[in-house]
Amino acid sequence: MIIKQLSVFLEDKTGRLTEITRILAENDINISAFTVAEASDYGILRLIVGRPELALQVLKENGFSVNTTDVIGMIVPHEPGGLHQALKILSMNNVSIDYMYAFALENSASVVFRPSVIEKAIEVLQKNKMELLRTSQIYQL
Amino acid sequence: MIWNETIECADRQTLTEIQSNRFATMIERMYYNVPFYRKELQKIGLEPGDITSIGQLKDLPFTTKQDLRDNYPFGLFTVPQSEIVRLHASSGTTGKPTVVGYTRKDIDMWSEVVARSLTMAGVTKNDIIQVAYGYGLFTGGMGLHYGAEKIGASVIPISGGNTKKQLQLMVDFGSTALACTPSYAAFLGESIEKEGISPKDIKLKAGIFGAEPWTEEMRVQIEKLLGIKAYDIYGLSEVIGPGVSMECEYQCGSHVFEDHFIPEIINPETLEVLPYGELGELVFTTVTKEAMPLLRYRTRDLTRLHIDQCACGRTLVRMDKCLGRSDDMLIIRGVNVFPSQVEAVLLDMSETTPHYQLIVTRENNLDALEIRVEVDDQFWSDEIKVLEGLKKRISHNIASTLGLSAKIKLVEPGNIERSEGKAKRVIDNRHIQ
Repeated sequence: MIIKQLSVFLEDKTGRLTEITRILAENDINISAFTVAEASDYGILRLIVGRPELALQVLKENGFSVNTTDVIGMIVPHEPGGLHQALKILSMNNVSIDYMYAFALENSASVVFRPSVIEKAIEVLQKNKMELLRTSQIYQL
Repeated sequence: MIWNETIECADRQTLTEIQSNRFATMIERMYYNVPFYRKELQKIGLEPGDITSIGQLKDLPFTTKQDLRDNYPFGLFTVPQSEIVRLHASSGTTGKPTVVGYTRKDIDMWSEVVARSLTMAGVTKNDIIQVAYGYGLFTGGMGLHYGAEKIGASVIPISGGNTKKQLQLMVDFGSTALACTPSYAAFLGESIEKEGISPKDIKLKAGIFGAEPWTEEMRVQIEKLLGIKAYDIYGLSEVIGPGVSMECEYQCGSHVFEDHFIPEIINPETLEVLPYGELGELVFTTVTKEAMPLLRYRTRDLTRLHIDQCACGRTLVRMDKCLGRSDDMLIIRGVNVFPSQVEAVLLDMSETTPHYQLIVTRENNLDALEIRVEVDDQFWSDEIKVLEGLKKRISHNIASTLGLSAKIKLVEPGNIERSEGKAKRVIDNRHIQ
């Protein structure tokens, strides 16, 4: 259930993102989902890829500051109130979310997020029958 | 106008005699009152009576800033504390400042050399001088203040900052002279229009600027902005403060007040004394200072000395504008900064590695310091709030150590240029030299 997300430090300099996509392409690594968080003079690229270990290694070899972070992927009913239902469960159980991003998946919508307490998040979501993305599912997207 | 013609225009022989007499007395005082100097002189088998001429100076040991630190705070004073009437200090590299003490006679001597300096800039008792140097532990404000009072000028002790008020009083009081750092002078000049003041209402005619390096281009700019003639004053707190040397109206180097401060130029590698006209490190020996005399103090400033007669009539040796440093010290907004201080801050913080680079620029005539810190896997976080928090902490620690605010920029590892395996720590884009 725990997905390994890659987090890459991006200096505020033209071409850094292109450099990353080039490295991933050359190593035949597919990107399933990603987001860029932007601060004053740097950014953080967060991405979910197939073969995260290989991606980590090749990015490091190319001088990037990169590490992995545990996140959860969840399939959200593609209808009004779908996301609300999932978030309500987390907040009622005192789990907060550090950041979150979404992507579409055929007929459903998916979100990837970083909860404050990952084990508890998984437990309460499963107990409430929320559909979590399995590692194999997301890496193969 | 010359404040002290007898000294400032004395022939070389007269000056050498004065120097030799004072030098011998000073060595005696050092030997009997300061264990540090006694030890140093004993090492070369020298006793006070052996010194009779200033020509012997070249055989004596040097004093460095490290010696001052090792004897912090009062270890190099030759008089009891009861004789000290003033203490100044400059920012230190390891948290400890460099302390200097003055007896009443030292303050008188300092006032005298600043009076000579101001006279060189044409300041008389008929002038109103606005002292916009900082007052406090820094020697700039009080140094200029006492010298200006000595010549009888009307002093406005406004200290630094508060640009709006500076300009208002400049107009209302009719200030005719301004003393501050050259960068602040340029900043004041540029603010005139912004504050809605007509340049015609500014009565300034002379500016006495120092405490940081500046270029001829800056001089032209300041002179145009403020409608004045701009003079360079040189000094360092260890020697006395501002007033060690000063430019006359011919502006062909600064006249060193040699009856108090003996300059030498040495090769910083071999330590041998270089002849007039050659570039090397400036060294000062004070021969009249009572509280804290200095023997061959290495300033680390690189310059040349000239002895040929100046058109102003003064015979005092002239020194060129300093061309840099023989160490890696930077002067940013008048504050002494060593890259090692930044390194110490980063090493102190467990989340940072000491990979950094200082970028110094001059924006709108004010120095700006940016510190680039390489992001390392050790403290690299996925969360912006953690990285922002880290930036804030670095910034805070730097400010409290350097006494100077800096912009912190996080960069990727390996981004900081390395030459021959050694990181290039400083990029100074101010083009001062």
